Amino acid sequence: MARTLINVPAKAKRGEIIAIKTLISHTMETGFRHTNLGVRIPRDIIDTLICTYNGEEIFRTRLHPAIAANPFVTFHTVATESGTIGFRWTGDKGFSATASAKITVE
Amino acid sequence: MSRAAIDRRRFLASAAAAGTAASFPTPAVSQKAGPSLAVIGGGFGGVACARVLRKAIANATVTLVEANATYTAPPLSNAAIAGIYPLDHQRFGYDGVRKTGVAVALSAATAVDPGKRTVTLANGTQLAYDRLVISPGVAMRWNAIPGYDRRAAEAMPHAWNDGGQVGLLRKQIEAMDDGGTVVVSAPVNPARCPPAPYERASLIAHYLKTHKPRSKVIVLDAKDGFTMQRLFQAAWKELYPGMIEWIPPSSGGSLASVDAETRTISTDFDKYKAAVASIIPPQTAGHAAELAGVADRTGWCPVDPMTFESKLVSGVHVIGDAAIAGAMPRSASAAQSQATICAQAIAALLAGRQPAQPTLSSSCYSLIAPDYAISQRGKYRPVDGQYAEADGGLIVSPLDAPRSVRKREANEAEAWYRAITGEVFG
Repeated sequence: MARTLINVPAKAKRGEIIAIKTLISHTMETGFRHTNLGVRIPRDIIDTLICTYNGEEIFRTRLHPAIAANPFVTFHTVATESGTIGFRWTGDKGFSATASAKITVE
Repeated sequence: MSRAAIDRRRFLASAAAAGTAASFPTPAVSQKAGPSLAVIGGGFGGVACARVLRKAIANATVTLVEANATYTAPPLSNAAIAGIYPLDHQRFGYDGVRKTGVAVALSAATAVDPGKRTVTLANGTQLAYDRLVISPGVAMRWNAIPGYDRRAAEAMPHAWNDGGQVGLLRKQIEAMDDGGTVVVSAPVNPARCPPAPYERASLIAHYLKTHKPRSKVIVLDAKDGFTMQRLFQAAWKELYPGMIEWIPPSSGGSLASVDAETRTISTDFDKYKAAVASIIPPQTAGHAAELAGVADRTGWCPVDPMTFESKLVSGVHVIGDAAIAGAMPRSASAAQSQATICAQAIAALLAGRQPAQPTLSSSCYSLIAPDYAISQRGKYRPVDGQYAEADGGLIVSPLDAPRSVRKREANEAEAWYRAITGEVFG
């Protein structure tokens, strides 16, 4: 399982705009490189990150071979209610990783 | 010899005769007037260059401009921070260089006019020059890390280009309680002396292991890899097991902000409450580079590798940390080597000769404990207009060497330091 880091504020006021930060360790092999023997190294990237807020999708991004290793993605959302913010990364070779964080909205 | 040059020299003479704070050893325009050469920056590069210029050009007037009377040498300063050496081990004055016939103006340069070829000093003196060498070292990019400004540096010393800061960090380490966390942040490249943050973490761990064994060191790095990384990490495992934690950006180590009041360091994913924090911020060419307009948009100074003359401003040469010198690291040793090549090139240019094809060298020792050092040494030559590693590239300490080799390198480090400081400041 890839190592993930997420930063979601533990507490927020209702209606507040909050920053969410994510980082996942992954080589993001482009598929354009060759070994010393000329053998092409197959593409192995994370291609999708989906974020859900109490089960509802609030953010989705596509990643492409130009994205560097260990993709760091940050975005904003509005704190609407207490609950769970979930993250799911998927990619080549059946890659899948998940993480989640609790948020209390007052 | 142009008319303008003679006028400049007359101006210099009048400044000297007026009895300003800059002391000129011999009347600048006695006998047959030679060229006027000014060097800004009293570190390894500037002082070495002034001395070679003085020696290489018999009739030249060489003036070294430096704001401070005492210089704190950065090499081995991490050992002084960790209490291995007294602070005096790092401190040097300018009597040695004065004795060689270089005039030392102890005043900050406040303006450079490359058109009129003059340098103005804080004490009001104006120096005319035929050739100017700038060896300004590095300046900190304040607020590049949000919250890290000059004031924050008092609470969280960078101890990087300033003697007072070195003493401050040493005092804070001595005063901290056992069980605290020391945070060292390592900057992005390019920066002065790439292995130094890791040497600092090592030697602080050495001090803590001896005096405050429940404490630890966290290195927050802006880079996912660093120079001699495997050597450092193997040594940490051997000498300081469990005491040093290195957190690269891929593990969330890049700094998001610092709070000097509470000594809290925030990354994108975590907060660290430090007993002592040494925040080494991103860097740029020293202030004098800005005065002369020799830095480009990168913040560093492009130079002709044959002469170290600025590619942006003619008649001004830039050496040391501020210069863009390709594969050469930014070290005292590199600065001294560049200073010699630059001075010889200036002598050749003034004599109407072609400067010789330069070969530069740099040695860089990192102390991990008082009896444990590693090193990298390299030779560099210009290839396609920029310095590249020559003669088989870098020579780095072997990974699997016995302790006797590490001890020998620690002795070599001290001998190297005595030699270079003797040559430059002695």
